[in-house]
Amino acid sequence: MSLSRRDFFKVGGVGALAATVAPGTLAQPAAVPAGNAVLNHPATLVAEISGLRVNQPVSFNFPDSGSPCQLLKMGREVPGGVGPDGDIVAYSILCPHMGCPTQYDGEARSFKCGCHFSVFDPEMEGQQVCGQATQNMPRIELNFDTARGTVEAVGVHGLIYGRQANTL
Amino acid sequence: MSQFDDRIPLPPTSAQTTNLTCHFCIVGCGYKVHKWPEHEEGGRAPQDNALGLDFTRQLAPLQACLSPAMVNTIQDNDGSRHHIMIVPDKDCVVNQGQASTRGGMLGHLTYNGKGPSASRLTQPLLYRGANWRESPWENALALYAGLTKKILDEDGPDEIYFNLFDHGGAGGGYENTWGTGKLIFTGLQTQKVRIHNRPAYNSECHATRDMGINELNNSYEDAEVADVLWSIGNNPYETQTNYFLVHWIPNLQGSTVNKKQQWFPGETVGRGRAIFVDPRRTTSIAIAEQAAGAENVLHLAINPGTDTALFNGLLTYVAEQGWLDSEFIAQRTNGYEQALSANRLSLEDCSELTGVPVAQLIQAAEWSYKPKASGHMPRTMHAYEKGIIWGNDNYRIQSSLVNLVLATGNVGGRRGAGVVRMGGHQEGYVRPPFPGGRPAPYVDGEIIAGRGKILTTWACDAFRSTHNAQNYRAAVIRRANIVREAIDQARGASTAELIDIIYDAVTTKGGLFVVSIDIYPKPFGEAGHMMLPATVPGEMNLTSMNGERRMRLSEKFMDAPGSAQPDCMIAADIANALKALYAQDGNSAMAARFAGFEWSSEEDAFMDGFNRNENELVTYERLRALGNNGVQLPVTGLENGLLVGTEVTYTERFDTEDGRAKFQPSPWNGLLAEAQQQKDKYPFWINNGRVNELWQTLYNDEHVEFRTSRWPMTLVEIGSEDAQRLGINSGDVVELFNDYGATQGMAHVEPTIKPGQVFMQTMGRNGVMGDLATTAVDQNILPYYKGTWADVRRVGDMGLSRTVTSKRRHFV
Repeated sequence: MSLSRRDFFKVGGVGALAATVAPGTLAQPAAVPAGNAVLNHPATLVAEISGLRVNQPVSFNFPDSGSPCQLLKMGREVPGGVGPDGDIVAYSILCPHMGCPTQYDGEARSFKCGCHFSVFDPEMEGQQVCGQATQNMPRIELNFDTARGTVEAVGVHGLIYGRQANTL
Repeated sequence: MSQFDDRIPLPPTSAQTTNLTCHFCIVGCGYKVHKWPEHEEGGRAPQDNALGLDFTRQLAPLQACLSPAMVNTIQDNDGSRHHIMIVPDKDCVVNQGQASTRGGMLGHLTYNGKGPSASRLTQPLLYRGANWRESPWENALALYAGLTKKILDEDGPDEIYFNLFDHGGAGGGYENTWGTGKLIFTGLQTQKVRIHNRPAYNSECHATRDMGINELNNSYEDAEVADVLWSIGNNPYETQTNYFLVHWIPNLQGSTVNKKQQWFPGETVGRGRAIFVDPRRTTSIAIAEQAAGAENVLHLAINPGTDTALFNGLLTYVAEQGWLDSEFIAQRTNGYEQALSANRLSLEDCSELTGVPVAQLIQAAEWSYKPKASGHMPRTMHAYEKGIIWGNDNYRIQSSLVNLVLATGNVGGRRGAGVVRMGGHQEGYVRPPFPGGRPAPYVDGEIIAGRGKILTTWACDAFRSTHNAQNYRAAVIRRANIVREAIDQARGASTAELIDIIYDAVTTKGGLFVVSIDIYPKPFGEAGHMMLPATVPGEMNLTSMNGERRMRLSEKFMDAPGSAQPDCMIAADIANALKALYAQDGNSAMAARFAGFEWSSEEDAFMDGFNRNENELVTYERLRALGNNGVQLPVTGLENGLLVGTEVTYTERFDTEDGRAKFQPSPWNGLLAEAQQQKDKYPFWINNGRVNELWQTLYNDEHVEFRTSRWPMTLVEIGSEDAQRLGINSGDVVELFNDYGATQGMAHVEPTIKPGQVFMQTMGRNGVMGDLATTAVDQNILPYYKGTWADVRRVGDMGLSRTVTSKRRHFV
């Protein structure tokens, strides 16, 4: 099976319409000393919670423009969820098996990869429900700013497909 | 696995690269092993790493199959430390660069004393005083060989029992089947041997072989060019993943039409269709529908155990329609008329028995056997696996299926056809002849009945892989404990004294001395008295063949853990110890039975076994030259120094005396009696099979957090109606029970499971489906594992739903 670059970008853009906030860099973190075990991720504004709709994905890129991600407000508290309802999660949408962009299926409440048919659960920290990956969906660590009502991406758990390290 | 989950070391261009065929399923995907010094690392630029990939930017989809699970850090015996990376081979024609979730774990599972491999057996262990103690090999061998000799001399070979692998891949391969076979069949000459997944030493495919057709008779490429793919009692997405994804799916998507046009000029060709025979809607069916469109997939959801009726009904119908390959029947077969006459079954009766509507039966027959617009017969491939093999009378079902295939000419050299088992493990069988008859002794039943004095379980775990398993397990543990009590009293005993003490316990007290030869301690071995550490491919050189008879050499790339040895070398050590004991006795006749094990490596075992007995052209050097593509057996010669193989078998003759395939009468005969009794008594049919993420008895998986977090318990799929009626939610613990035993699992509510049926993962981690399986067998002692009926009750909520997904596993 092959997937053209055009398809890749087309799929990567799904859900972008749902975003109400233009993603951007909030602030540069302090310089990380050499040898630090934590990769340097720029904190990135992803969404204002007032604009989120339950079960509708919001697309953004993190930690850089080459890495498409989606944020979801699940409408019920889930493991790893942030926000006032503990229900906001986000993932790298590139399938950790071979990098095809997964699609969010709102009815099944799962991410699905059309290349090799893997299924992942955003309500269980990206756990692979069934499929060929050897890790769960890379989970984007989110911070919820109570005062501003915003959600920002601050880190990644798991290796994003197609990279030696999550930061290029 | 790296300590970080967000980065991996890259192999430098100087990394050592060797070939490895995946240890696990029959498909045998090709992998490259990169190994390099721990303090070196490749660069991100494509010219600076051995993968040739540009990691300075985001890779495009499908450019790589790479994850943290594919890397590890190991230490060789000289103290040197290395990174290793095990990645799927893009140049391997089998998997074409793809890894399944199982093979993708090979790096993570590599021994380094930490992580999942921390549990590996590294030294011989002997049970002493409620404890396991490490022992030098010579002590363990002295006890094993001494006790075995005493039993052989006093009681004869029929008191020496084995549970024994017969396959390829890890815990198998030509080297190891030969080493063990030569020890057990030539040396010890015992017939009290059972195979890893069944209670006797028999073939899963006696019927097709009796009809002149070995069960692996086509190539994976045939699935790309078939008009129709039958998948019978078989769930290929979860069990032969990359065969299905790389070779079936493109056909179902229509992307192999060009190849069909080239191969079959003048013939009507198009997108492939699939027909699944399975009482359950499987994940494979859902994916096939996604790939081909639902209109090109037919699901014959038969009543459990009615396969024989299905194939007999179809044979009758195609004969009535005249959709036969009459020329093939006339020239290359015998017995058509007798088989048709014996098996005749109307479509109406077939429908009544199988539960499949007549219209679906006709549609299946039209797709598969009605001449195409161009006038050619359709090319129809029939793939089957455990739904038949563990089905209701294996021998009869297989006969009925092969009859239908022969009548329509879909085997015997025709491309896009074949009647093939899909397979579990890879294959790698070369052994001296089995000294028993057919049917072979029902070994597990004999153990329960108190027979046998020493039982060696070799790279298998019958506690999870037999029928009537609860009773079997109880018997082994009870009898092993008799020996344990005797050993506990033997304080300060020498090996010779210990042998006498154990012999007394197994002779006068009903005890059983239990030895496990394996890579991990398993419950079976832990119930016993001795564990000997073995190796996996990569720690040794190993040859196997896959489901299209493709033979490869997996190359050694690291030292074995501790003093672990290849199984063939353990067999040689045992044989040499026995030979020395008989030589000391001056018994040259018996010493001669254990001669010929002067092997210094597994390559010697290969040359003594495969090379000498199967084909003298095949050597390690010649296999190494062919890399991960290897050669398809049988090898027919050499061309420019390279081995030449065979893509499709039986182009001229079948495996019979006159070269003609044989039809076999196999009329429908109802359910086997023991299964029918449980069906009459209990409300649920307990379907069973593998789960994609888990391999075999979970010997590796139960040590891998990625697996145990997803599958903390054995899966039990139950339909929505039944779940609601019994108050069962996904994640609840449920108990299943019948007259044979009780077991448990983790419920998962799947709406497409029919009322009155559940599906249970076979060979589970903490729930054993075999506990419920009756003693029903076919004429060759093949168990009817699938013929299990039981009741189901909710045990309770153990909190699993907080960490385990409840989402549907089906793609659509």
